[in-house]
Amino acid sequence: MAQSAAFKRNLAGWAYVAPLVVVLIPFFVLPLIAVVAASFFETDGFGGLFPAFNLDNYTEILTSGLTFNLYYETIKFTVLTWFFSLLIGFFVAYFLVFHVRNQLLALGLFLLCTVPFWTSNIIRMISWIPLLGKEGLVNEALLKLGLIDQPLEFLLFSSFAVVVAYVHQLTIFMIVPIFNAMGRIDKRVVEAALDAGASRFDIMRLIIVPLSKSGIALGSIFVISIVMGDFFVVKVMSGGGSASVVGAFYENISVLQYPTAAASAVLLTIILVITVGLIIRFVDIRKEITR
Amino acid sequence: MSLARVSDVVATSVSARRSRAIAPTSGRRPWTFYVLAILFTLYLLALYGPMACIYILSLQDLRGGLVFPIKGLSLHWFVDLFTQVRTGDVQGSFERSFKLALVVTVLTVVVSFLAGLGFRKRFAGDTVVFYMMIGSLVAPGLVLGIGVGLIFNAVGIDASLFTSALGAQLSWTLPFGVLVMFAVMSRFDHAWEEAARDLGASPWQTIRLVVIPVLAPGIVAVALFGFTLSYDEFARTLQTAGSLNTLPLEIWSMTLNITSPALYALGTVTTIVSFLVIGASLGTIAFMQKRREARAPGQQGGAA
Repeated sequence: MAQSAAFKRNLAGWAYVAPLVVVLIPFFVLPLIAVVAASFFETDGFGGLFPAFNLDNYTEILTSGLTFNLYYETIKFTVLTWFFSLLIGFFVAYFLVFHVRNQLLALGLFLLCTVPFWTSNIIRMISWIPLLGKEGLVNEALLKLGLIDQPLEFLLFSSFAVVVAYVHQLTIFMIVPIFNAMGRIDKRVVEAALDAGASRFDIMRLIIVPLSKSGIALGSIFVISIVMGDFFVVKVMSGGGSASVVGAFYENISVLQYPTAAASAVLLTIILVITVGLIIRFVDIRKEITR
Repeated sequence: MSLARVSDVVATSVSARRSRAIAPTSGRRPWTFYVLAILFTLYLLALYGPMACIYILSLQDLRGGLVFPIKGLSLHWFVDLFTQVRTGDVQGSFERSFKLALVVTVLTVVVSFLAGLGFRKRFAGDTVVFYMMIGSLVAPGLVLGIGVGLIFNAVGIDASLFTSALGAQLSWTLPFGVLVMFAVMSRFDHAWEEAARDLGASPWQTIRLVVIPVLAPGIVAVALFGFTLSYDEFARTLQTAGSLNTLPLEIWSMTLNITSPALYALGTVTTIVSFLVIGASLGTIAFMQKRREARAPGQQGGAA
C-alpha cells in the first residue's frame, strides 16, 4: 500500500516535470553527448565527420602552446571579472539591505539595478565605445582637466575594456543572490552583536559575510560560467588583442574543424564542472534555491 | 537565490518584510552610509550612463560619428536603419525575433509552471532533473548550439528558427523560468490548496481557481524572463537559427561591419522594445497586487 503511494507520488512528480525533461534531453543532454562524441571523431576537413575513437584531437590541443595561452587569457578574465563583480555586488547589496531604511526605496533601487539585465547585452557592451574610445568622453575629460597629454590607448580594445564590459554586464548576477541572502539575515543578530560590543568590522567578518555565503556562491557560479562560456565580449572589446577558449572554438567551427573544436569544448566543460562542483561542495544550492 | 528573486521581490513589493535597519531606524547615519551611497550612485551611473550615450548619439544627423560631440539632431539613422539594404534585413529580423520570443514566452510559462508544481514534492530522480536544469543554465551557449546543430544534422532535419533555435533558446529560458517559479512558490501557502480540496474542488479546479490566480504575478515575471531572454539571446541562436537572422544576430554582424550611428539607432530601437516589455510586465504585476489588496482589505498582501 505504502509502496503504491510512493509510486503514485513519483509518477505525479515526473508528469509535472516531463515537459521540462522533454526539452532538456534533446536540447541539452544530447547536444552535450554529440560534442563529446565528435571530439573523438575524424574529419575530412570539409565538415564531414566519421565515427572513430581518436585521441589525436586531445593530444593536439593539450600539447599546443596556443591552448595554454587561450586558457590563461580566459581564466585571467574570469578571475578579474569575478573579483570586481563580487566586490561591487557585495557592497551594493549590503548598502541596499543594511543602510537604506525605507523598505520601498530599497526595493525601488534594487529594481533599478535589475532593469538592464532584461535588455540586450550586446548593446550594453557597445555602449562603452563612445566613452572609452580614443576620442571618447573619458579621454576628452582627462585631456581637458590636464591630467594627461595624449589620449590613453588602453581604455578601449584592450583587456581593460573586456573586464569593464564583463563587470558591467554581470555584477547584477552577484547583486541579486547576495541581496536575497542578506535580506534573510535576522537583524536582531546584528543588534545583539552591537550590544555585545562588536565593531563594524567584526560584524562584517563574523556575521554578514558567513550568512551571505550562499548568495556569494550562487552569484559566483553565474559569473564564472558566463565568462568562461563567452566569446563575444572578448572578440569585440579586446579589438582582436585577446582570444578566448570559446572564441577559438568558434574559429575552429567556421573552418569546419569540428573534432578539434569539440575536444577543446570538452576540456572547457570539464574545467567548468570542476569549478562549479567545488562551489556546490560548500553550498547546497538546491536547498538554497527551493527554500 | 539567483535572479529568480527579482520577481519574488516584485511580487511582494507591497507587503512589508522584516525590518532591515541595522541599528535603530533613526539617528545619525554612520560614515559607511555615505561611502556606500557614493559607490552605489557610481554603480548606477556606470550602469545607465553608457546606454544613455548611445541613445543620444543615435539621434545625430548624416555627419554623425561613433563618438561625441554630437553632430546635428535628426532621425536620419533610424530611417537609414529601416530603408538601407547595406545595414541588412533589420525589419525582417526584428519581426522574426519578436515572434520567436512570443512562442518561447508561452512555452516557458507553461513548462516552468508545471515543473514548479512538480518540484514542490520530492520524487525519485528529482535531483537528476534539477541538476540537468542547472547544467543547461551554466553550459557554454555556443557549444550547446553546435551540439544541437550536430544532432539535427545526424537526424536529417534542417536547422531553423522554430525548431532548433526554439529548442536551444528554451534550454536557456526554462531554467530561469523554473528558478523564478521556485521563488514564487516558496511563498505559496499550501493551506489554500487544502481548503479548496476540502470544499470539494477537483485537482484541476484547485489549480485553475486557486493556484493560478494566487501565483499570477509570479507567472507574469516568468513571462518577462522568457520574453527578454529569448529576444536578446545570442550564443545559443548563432549556430541554430538556420538561414534567417534574429535581431541579436543582426546586431552582431553589424558590430563587425557597420561603423555609423545606425548601429546605435538599432541599439536604441531594441532597448525601447525591451523597456516597453519590462514596463508592461512590472505594471501588470503592480496592478494585480493593488487589485488584490483592494479586494481583501486587512489581509496579508503579497502571498504570491
